[in-house]
Amino acid sequence: MAETENDIITAVRSDGGEGDQYEIHHLPFTDEMRKEYTILVPNMLEIHFRMLIRVLKQAGYNVELLTNTGPSVVTEGLKYVHNDACYPALLVIGQMIDALNSGKYDLSKTALMITQTGGGCRASNYIHMLRKALAKAGYGYIPVLSMNLSGLEKESSFKWSLPTLRKAIAVLAYGDLLMLMDNQVRPYEISSGDSANVVTKWVDRLCSDFDAGKSLSTREVRENMAKIASDFAAVKINRVPKVKAGIVGEIYVKYSPLANNDLAEFLYCQGCEVMSPGIMGFMLFKVDNRMEDINLYGGSKLKFSVVKILFDYLNRIEQILIDSVSSHPGFIAPMPYAELKQLVKGIIGWGSKMGEGWLLTAEMIELIKEGYSNIICAQPFGCLPNHIVGKGMVRKVRTIYPDANIVPIDYDPGATRVNQENRIKLMLAIGRERLEENGK
Amino acid sequence: MKIGLDVGSTTLKCVVIDEAKNNQILFSSYERHFSQIKEKTLALLEKIRESGIVGEDERVTFSISGSAGMGFSENIGIPFVQEVYATRAAVNALLPGSDCVIELGGEDAKILFLTGAGGLEVRMNGSCAGGTGAFIDQMATLLGVTADDMDELAKGSEKIYTIASRCGVFAKSDVQPLINQGARIEDICASILNAVVNQTVGGLSQGREIKGKVVYLGGPLTFMSQLRRQFDETLKLTGVCPENSLYFVAVGAAMTPQPKTYTVAEVIEAVNSSRASNNYASLPPLFRSQRDYDDFKARHDADKVESVNRGQDFDGRVFLGVDAGSTTVKCAAIDEDGVIIYSDYRPNSGNPVPIVKEFLENFYSSYPKAKIASGAVTGYGEDIIRNAFRIDHGIVETIAHFTAAKRFRPDVDFIIDIGGQDIKCFKIRNGAIDNIFLNEACSSGCGSFLQTFAGALNMSIVDFAKLGLFAENPVDLGSRCTVFMNSSVKQAQKDGASIESISAGLSISVVKNALYKVIRAPLTNVESALGRHIVVQGGTFLNDAVLRAFETEIGENVVRPNIAGLMGAYGAALYAMQMSGEDSVSGIITPEELKTFTHTVKAVTCGLCNNHCRLTVNTFEGGRRYIGGNRCERPVMKKGQSEKKRYNLYEYKLELLDACRSPENGSYPRGDIGLPLGLNIYEMLPFWHAIFSGLGFRVVVSPMSNRSLFISGQHTIPSDTVCFPAKLIHGHIEALMDMGVKNIFYPCLTYNFNEEKGENHYNCPVVAYYPEVIAANVTRLADFNFINPYLGIHRPKDFAVKFWQAMNEYYPDLTQKEVKTAVDSGYKAYYAYMDAIRAKGKEYIEAARAEGREIIVLSGRPYHVDTEINHGIDRLICDLGAVVITEDSIAYLEDRFPTNVLNQWTYHARLYSAAKYCTTQPDMNLVQLVSFGCGVDAITTDEVRSILEYGKKIYTQIKIDEITNLGAVKIRIRSLFAVLDMEKRKNAAKKGEMADNG
Repeated sequence: MAETENDIITAVRSDGGEGDQYEIHHLPFTDEMRKEYTILVPNMLEIHFRMLIRVLKQAGYNVELLTNTGPSVVTEGLKYVHNDACYPALLVIGQMIDALNSGKYDLSKTALMITQTGGGCRASNYIHMLRKALAKAGYGYIPVLSMNLSGLEKESSFKWSLPTLRKAIAVLAYGDLLMLMDNQVRPYEISSGDSANVVTKWVDRLCSDFDAGKSLSTREVRENMAKIASDFAAVKINRVPKVKAGIVGEIYVKYSPLANNDLAEFLYCQGCEVMSPGIMGFMLFKVDNRMEDINLYGGSKLKFSVVKILFDYLNRIEQILIDSVSSHPGFIAPMPYAELKQLVKGIIGWGSKMGEGWLLTAEMIELIKEGYSNIICAQPFGCLPNHIVGKGMVRKVRTIYPDANIVPIDYDPGATRVNQENRIKLMLAIGRERLEENGK
Repeated sequence: MKIGLDVGSTTLKCVVIDEAKNNQILFSSYERHFSQIKEKTLALLEKIRESGIVGEDERVTFSISGSAGMGFSENIGIPFVQEVYATRAAVNALLPGSDCVIELGGEDAKILFLTGAGGLEVRMNGSCAGGTGAFIDQMATLLGVTADDMDELAKGSEKIYTIASRCGVFAKSDVQPLINQGARIEDICASILNAVVNQTVGGLSQGREIKGKVVYLGGPLTFMSQLRRQFDETLKLTGVCPENSLYFVAVGAAMTPQPKTYTVAEVIEAVNSSRASNNYASLPPLFRSQRDYDDFKARHDADKVESVNRGQDFDGRVFLGVDAGSTTVKCAAIDEDGVIIYSDYRPNSGNPVPIVKEFLENFYSSYPKAKIASGAVTGYGEDIIRNAFRIDHGIVETIAHFTAAKRFRPDVDFIIDIGGQDIKCFKIRNGAIDNIFLNEACSSGCGSFLQTFAGALNMSIVDFAKLGLFAENPVDLGSRCTVFMNSSVKQAQKDGASIESISAGLSISVVKNALYKVIRAPLTNVESALGRHIVVQGGTFLNDAVLRAFETEIGENVVRPNIAGLMGAYGAALYAMQMSGEDSVSGIITPEELKTFTHTVKAVTCGLCNNHCRLTVNTFEGGRRYIGGNRCERPVMKKGQSEKKRYNLYEYKLELLDACRSPENGSYPRGDIGLPLGLNIYEMLPFWHAIFSGLGFRVVVSPMSNRSLFISGQHTIPSDTVCFPAKLIHGHIEALMDMGVKNIFYPCLTYNFNEEKGENHYNCPVVAYYPEVIAANVTRLADFNFINPYLGIHRPKDFAVKFWQAMNEYYPDLTQKEVKTAVDSGYKAYYAYMDAIRAKGKEYIEAARAEGREIIVLSGRPYHVDTEINHGIDRLICDLGAVVITEDSIAYLEDRFPTNVLNQWTYHARLYSAAKYCTTQPDMNLVQLVSFGCGVDAITTDEVRSILEYGKKIYTQIKIDEITNLGAVKIRIRSLFAVLDMEKRKNAAKKGEMADNG
């Protein structure tokens, strides 16, 4: 048995290289593989993803979160990914190949999972870049599983069921709430570690609940969220004035400490309160785009109403999150999606949907309105959508909101931390001055 | 008392101020720190202590600022003040009423807006535009002068050449050809300063006007009067460079209130006891022991070409080779056995002509009786040297290097040459060059980077590289362009890396650049990625550190000839030998003529077409002329000579588009509508023209792009890293507004036409949404109607209604019916336009076949027909005798096929189809135009390459930006033709053989 398997691997390996043949051979991820294979998943948002893998496991996928970091991740990425490709692709693929190299996994039973948004941005091509990289690195026999909601990669895509989808949405909402509350409590806590303890407590509790199939119904989500918010509100804090900083940007660079040189932690150490808008807004945005396309260019009414069901559901869950936060005075809840959407009227059109699209601009304005006017717009070097919705909109946003103190920061393997931090420090110096002047 | 210390990227500045005396400066110091920040700071503090300005027990505040000061302040536990923030504090205190500050430092450029609408705003250069002071130094080194000389020289300038202002590396590749063309050094100096001004103003003002009381600060602006003059002229004002302009950051830092105070002795103690973190990313050492090094040395010393001095009486036949490279000039003379009997290797220092002249003089006096049978010249300076000295042959660099390597090692199958400016690699299959890799402009300068860095540390390159041989922890500097490397070095220094570690790290990064950026080969299998017999050459490889790094990185031993730096010249000499008949005599300039040799240079503007190229006319003794700087053959054609019939589909497309401008006189009941000729408007111009004409509009299209049109819109570009075609749009919008067109139409198009070639039919994000950037950043548009609706041309049925709704806001009288009719005619016009291109393409292909010409599919995207974007590459290819067709003229001939990428952009799907079709046509080759900064092309280039390589075709890529230098492009195209030519000859020979045998 083992022999035949090795034979297959050798066979695939020997014709997996580039140059000899045009089409890169790749193994589809079959249903049988589900049982035996360990699926490696890149990390983006620590809290969210730790819980998300529990749900994916429940759905029958044996997933494991990648946690390897260090210079070899970038080195592998540079070796196997086109160097002009975006930084997230380079990092995610580098992290995967580094993990495969580590010897920690039985390579004959290992698969990789990558997300595809299916939009007009380069990110939809990550899976192909990954396959090319795997072939180059001699891992052509490792199957790749696509996670998308666009019907791409039919052969090898994660099979969504309605319950799994609902659970995943609940998990992301929980994650948003924990991140949001922690961000607002931790900078002011009197006893260091209190807020982190609440996070740990809830992540642990929710994870074991998920394994038991609990805490995922709308009713349970409502109850739990109220308790989570209360737990955070109960942490003893001392609200001294702090510079309030917001982070927006390309989704991976915005969230992943690996990509943004631990930006949130850096800001925290600089004495800031940090707000980075959650992932629910992004989900709503991506779903809404399908309806917006139909509004703008015409299309099937039936498709519209199917999408609308998902959209409404997401909205309901987001509302539960908002309610749980708003019931505690002094805490800032995310703006409901519909309001967020209104913020960009007259600034940028709702048709700009690639990447983070108009949502990124909207999040900048949301942050300013909520008092987080010191904003870092984090993007991979040369990020296409960000030329438009990030850097391209800063001027307009500043004209309308003169308080906005926005600094765009580029991330890539060549950009050094010292340059990035220097620019951020300039932004913070102005933020501090304003804080002293008018308490903003 | 307050002390402020400004640790910049290259200099250390310090002030002691007295707050009791209105912040009077009691002590100031400015010096280069050569990266020895700790030592220099200690010396400085001792000086302050000895001066007695600060009392022994006096407690002072102490603040550190500057781009290199952040880590230093952390290490010694003294507060840090961000440098731009410090500048502002100082300007507000010392020069109240200032409106704007422009500060250039060693590697940073900053603009501070202090007053006016929009309030306080600070701009620092992004990571890509780094290097201003350092950039000027680098350029000065390139010209062989000091920065002070440069300022002095600039005073005598007569004209300004266009030099790319995006970043130092680009500028360099513009300056180099100017040098080689023989442009006046005074003009080059002034042009470089002008480029700095454009970079600063264009890159940092971002739509905000610099006006009022402007203050100039920092080293370059303090020391260079001509730089200030250039700023004054560009900004149309007179800026102030105040007293103490070098110390504003230090003063601002000193003025910043700090809670803690120190005695000077305490600060000295803190600096003394500081230890760097030493936790920079490091790599294994190059050599672990002297013995390792000795073995390595012995192995490479065996690779030798003989060099013999034959003596005064030698009277044999000699072949000359000259390699006029970007940073060095190499010459070699060989005898009939291929033995080098004379050679020379010298820095270019601005003008290759006198160097070659000296070489010839020396040669003639060393071998007065030798008979020169033939000569050949290669390299950037090929044309000028060939004309100046009547050298018999010119040869493209790649072929020269291959010829040399082959002589050296007949079974060579991979050559990598790292020169001063270029990295060239080629694979050899079956005795012919099979694939060529040349670095993009962006990673160029790899070899000379080591040189410049060594210079910055006051060392020779040899000594500097040697330092790294035994470094225990070489710094991992990555593989990015030189500007990025500068800041990586800065970071490493901050983390306590020694000069030895940095030297080793730089050598390694040069190698990584070559491997991962140029060759982009997977190194899991070196043999298939590179080759079995690898020859490395180029002056850079003479550094053992670089050579060792290369061998370590690929895990194989390679051959480095002892004449690694001479290979180009040696190859040219060998080529001259091949080309000479048994008793041929070279027409090269004679010793007598050399005595009276003269060379004069005149700069003129060509008036033969709208490009208005800046030409340099070189005149040599006997009236021989060489004209440089031309982008086409017209100015260098002899009178009466007529142009050969050209087949250029790019020109044909432009003609078709030109027909879409409505004539001025005519009846246009709905008035004017303006369309900016760029990005998505290019291909869709016939579509919109037909629709708007049908609705009674006069369609006003912005003029063809040119340099001044680009400059006119530069100040409104918000992202300095967006592609050049997008940046150009800003100029087109300005042009339309200048033409007084009230209504400007520029729609957002997420989707393009669905040509059924891929899984989707998107536009790239920049093409799709750039109208939003225009709307948000061009303030002047407030007085115009800027119409930028989201439209779905991919759904013709819905489009008419949606378009009608979108236009209703501006033209309420439009009826749905007339819009429907107009839209129908729009689609018809679009399809007719595409059909015309295809028909013309077919015609040109047939013509090419009838006349036996090469067919080049110059593929890009529709907006690449813009002459300001393609820089006349289409014409260059035509000038070389080929027929140029476009990707969209043949893409339709290929059915949809599975690709290894997500094929979802309409324009890019055509690239894959065209490439596939090419592989089925023996006489067709594809050259891909890639815009710098195009994120999508990171995907397409790899895919197009693999389609072509699978079809046994050569892939040629040309990356274009604002650069106007066609030198590198010419090398690529000429190499391609040389290879095709070789193939043809070989096939012919094979056929001949077969005929003989049969």
